[in-house]
Amino acid sequence: MSGGTLFGLCAALLVGVGLYGMVANAHPLRKILAFNIVGSGVFLMLGAIARRGAAAGLGGDPVPQALLITGIVVAFSATALAVAVLLRLFDVTGSVTLSADVPAKPDADAAEAPAKPPQSPGLG
Amino acid sequence: MTTPGGLLLALAVLVPFIGVLVGLVLGGRNAQRVAFLTMAIGFGVAVAVADHFLRSGAPVVYLLGGWAPPLGVALRADALAVVMLLVVAVVIFGIGVYACADFGTPSGAREARAPFAYWLLLMAVWGSLNLVFVSGDLFTLYVALELLTFAGVPLVSLEGRGETLRAALRYLLFALLGSVLYLLGAVLLYGAYGTLDIALLAAHIRPDPATLAAAALMTTGLLAKTALFPLHIWLPPAHAGAPAAASAVLSALVVKGSWFLVVRLWFDVMPGVITLSAAQLLAGMGAAAIVFGSIVAVRQERLKLLVAYSTLAQIGYLFLMFPLAFDAGGTALVHGGALTGGLLQAISHATAKAGMFMAAGLIYAALGHDRIADLAGVARAMPVTVLTFAVAGVALMGVVPSGAYLAKKLLLYAADDSGQWWWTIVLQGGAVFTAGYVVLVLANALRGAGVPITLVVRVSRRSEFAALALAVCSLLLALAALGPVPGDLVSNPLAPAELGSTLLTFAGGALLALGLARRSLLAPARADADAGPVRRGMVAVGTAIANADVLVRRWPSASVAMLAVTALFGWLLAAGAMSN
Amino acid sequence: MTDVLNVGLAALIVALAIWAVFARDAFAAVVGFIAYGLLLTLVWVQLQGVDVALTEAAIGGGLTGALLVGAASRLRGTEAAARAERPRTLVRVAAAALSAAVTAALAIGVLMLPDPAPTLAPQTMANIEVTGVGNPITAVLLAFRAMDTLLEAIVLVFALIGVWSLGPDLAWGGRPGLRHRADPNGILAYLARVLPPIGIIVGTYIFWVGADHPGGKFQGATIVAAMWLLAIMAGLADAPPVSRTWVRVGLAAGPLVFIAIGLMGAVTAGAFLAYPDGYAKSLIIVIELALMPTLALILALLIAGAPRRPAQP
Repeated sequence: MSGGTLFGLCAALLVGVGLYGMVANAHPLRKILAFNIVGSGVFLMLGAIARRGAAAGLGGDPVPQALLITGIVVAFSATALAVAVLLRLFDVTGSVTLSADVPAKPDADAAEAPAKPPQSPGLG
Repeated sequence: MTTPGGLLLALAVLVPFIGVLVGLVLGGRNAQRVAFLTMAIGFGVAVAVADHFLRSGAPVVYLLGGWAPPLGVALRADALAVVMLLVVAVVIFGIGVYACADFGTPSGAREARAPFAYWLLLMAVWGSLNLVFVSGDLFTLYVALELLTFAGVPLVSLEGRGETLRAALRYLLFALLGSVLYLLGAVLLYGAYGTLDIALLAAHIRPDPATLAAAALMTTGLLAKTALFPLHIWLPPAHAGAPAAASAVLSALVVKGSWFLVVRLWFDVMPGVITLSAAQLLAGMGAAAIVFGSIVAVRQERLKLLVAYSTLAQIGYLFLMFPLAFDAGGTALVHGGALTGGLLQAISHATAKAGMFMAAGLIYAALGHDRIADLAGVARAMPVTVLTFAVAGVALMGVVPSGAYLAKKLLLYAADDSGQWWWTIVLQGGAVFTAGYVVLVLANALRGAGVPITLVVRVSRRSEFAALALAVCSLLLALAALGPVPGDLVSNPLAPAELGSTLLTFAGGALLALGLARRSLLAPARADADAGPVRRGMVAVGTAIANADVLVRRWPSASVAMLAVTALFGWLLAAGAMSN
Repeated sequence: MTDVLNVGLAALIVALAIWAVFARDAFAAVVGFIAYGLLLTLVWVQLQGVDVALTEAAIGGGLTGALLVGAASRLRGTEAAARAERPRTLVRVAAAALSAAVTAALAIGVLMLPDPAPTLAPQTMANIEVTGVGNPITAVLLAFRAMDTLLEAIVLVFALIGVWSLGPDLAWGGRPGLRHRADPNGILAYLARVLPPIGIIVGTYIFWVGADHPGGKFQGATIVAAMWLLAIMAGLADAPPVSRTWVRVGLAAGPLVFIAIGLMGAVTAGAFLAYPDGYAKSLIIVIELALMPTLALILALLIAGAPRRPAQP
């Protein structure tokens, strides 16, 4: 079995494992981790496809390899944004649950924020 | 292959992005000024693109770097893209004018967080949407989707309250799950065809396993980002929790991006591979969205949540066109009346929903609350705003003379032609469901209060009129010339048949509102237990549906639903391919 | 022999992914993920994708790992509550079944991909002379599909704007993160004094050589960013306030130069992001020179996070 196909199958497994992780792990950080695993599985599949496209003296098709570099950077920025939102959620509410029905502690910044009429209602 | 005027397509994407970068450097109040300058230039670019398209009669094409696909990336603007470019430019301008009141940098501060971020994010959303409309390469579209998500998520949590942060995180994680499924599909397509260019793929597409898997994965990923039932876990709290100027952007524009991509994918990349059964599933989810969204909307006690659930229902409408767009043999999707209807639906929803959210925001700012049951007297105190809400609601209901009415007519014709009578029922019935929550709000707002109510804050005249202008736009679409509109489509609104149908819709809506609203419209003080049996029955149904909605919007069930929808699509597509 | 190595790598990677998903403790899961990233780098080398391996090692394993480790340590107290929210067995069984179905469908898709595989390698090599660079991946990134690279830089800017918007109002314009203090005689401070000069040279070299050999601006920028972060973590430097003009200019300069050169190409060479004959290589180098500091700045600031300390008046 060529390297390309082997790692393509490996990638399929990674995607499955990561998808399960995103569903079954309750902690958002674990979800972000699982998202990275799915993402790297997708990238690995593209890499396997690139390997299968070896021709013209190159070891792999350069176009998907270039796409991979872009993809890895985009995945990193997604992770950075998600972690920032998560940490801020923790700072403000003291918990990281994604369910809406959790008694929230009074917003930590409520005391320091300038008095301005709130723009939106609370959520039902 | 590049057509004249093609550079404008690149400019349509670059102008907003340059606006973000320049605004970032200049900082402070300049971000707002740069935003308005960008809006003017960007609108000019959109008009110029439309002009080139109309004069040449063919799609505007641009080869980036001079390299032709499959090696390079092409930008392509057909009728669909040109219309969306124009509409988005107009809506962004309207929202921008509205937002001046909420997001002006306070005097005394050089730069403030929320206003600065808002103007940059507004430009960011605009540029990303334009890229979605004109890009002709599936990977560039993936990057465009990520740009759109990164611009939209911070808008949700702009106020920084805990629950908005939670909503933003839920939105981001679900959207990321969606985009990774989309990318997985794109990867499979490259593996099978060696290109990601839309036109080249369309020429070579065939129903092999990789293509079918890709179709299922990409569609589901995009549906998660569009929040189509049952993948709507993130939308209501996100759109209701964001500040009104941001909710308008999110509801009216951001969700249209991923919807547009579903249209591109199904109509332009794989029209022959998509089966009628898969389209029925998609429209079925849309119908469920209309019913669920409207019923839960009627049950809301807060105005912004009602409008957010209304968005959910309207998104369902956007997907009704798919099974109606097949050719005579039912084998492939074609650009025809149904697609035009769907497009009209999308743009009239964009303008109407923006107007509606802006009106809700003004009411909240003026009253200090947005409890629907306590809106009595608002109509007298803020007539322009309530008029905006009424106009937007009428537009969403698809009553003559709105753009949605035209859209409904086109879709009804298509349903008649293809004999799919069940969608006729959904199309006609959907208007009644929409009328339900519109009547609820208007009934409460038009109720007179004993004493004239005092407003907490005088709202900006400019914001009121911006909202009204956008809502009126959705009415004007009936007169739009997207090409000659057949005369029999736009009938006299006062003709007996039309008037009767309009009145029936309102009446049906009133019945729904009477039956399902949490606080009884006729006797607010009476407890539910004392109500008559019909009312009790309807309240029970409403409560059951609302509870079901809460259940579906839990992360485990929603993410499992996403996987299940993928599997369902895959199975339907495979079954269709094997029977052919 | 390589077959055995490949199978071994594949098995280890899947095992580490399972560990990262199922480990009880978040910190352990993140550490497993970092190891996973390093093994993935080896896989990339096996797949003849050295540029990708460098990027994966730098950004996928290195920066992402740093981000997740920092988050895991701050969120240590929340794990118990999260464990209590675990979905019911029925849901988990459904999720497992559906994930397995997706894996199976993907596996079938992979096995039934066309043979010989469609590839763009011949077209790339046929056109690479015009671009003046020797590394085909650089040619794709900065000539054939330059738009994607521009958009990538803009993605990073948007992510940073989003991260900044998450800080508290009072700290707006201030410095991200907390001031780090480390023992000035300890090993961390020592490394932070010794490594950055070396790291900057290595990063610059990797950036420079990327035109003709594996490497490039992303990998080089990551190393430079990592050196800066090292100095910050050792207390030898501090994250700049985000309202500083040089920070803002640094962020926007890279993409703006890229766009300017692209527009110039529209005027002189007939299309946006086209290069006039003979100038391709020099223009590509200018773009990369402009982008590299921007990328290093953005990558470091993304790790540093939202502003948390008010700027000094």
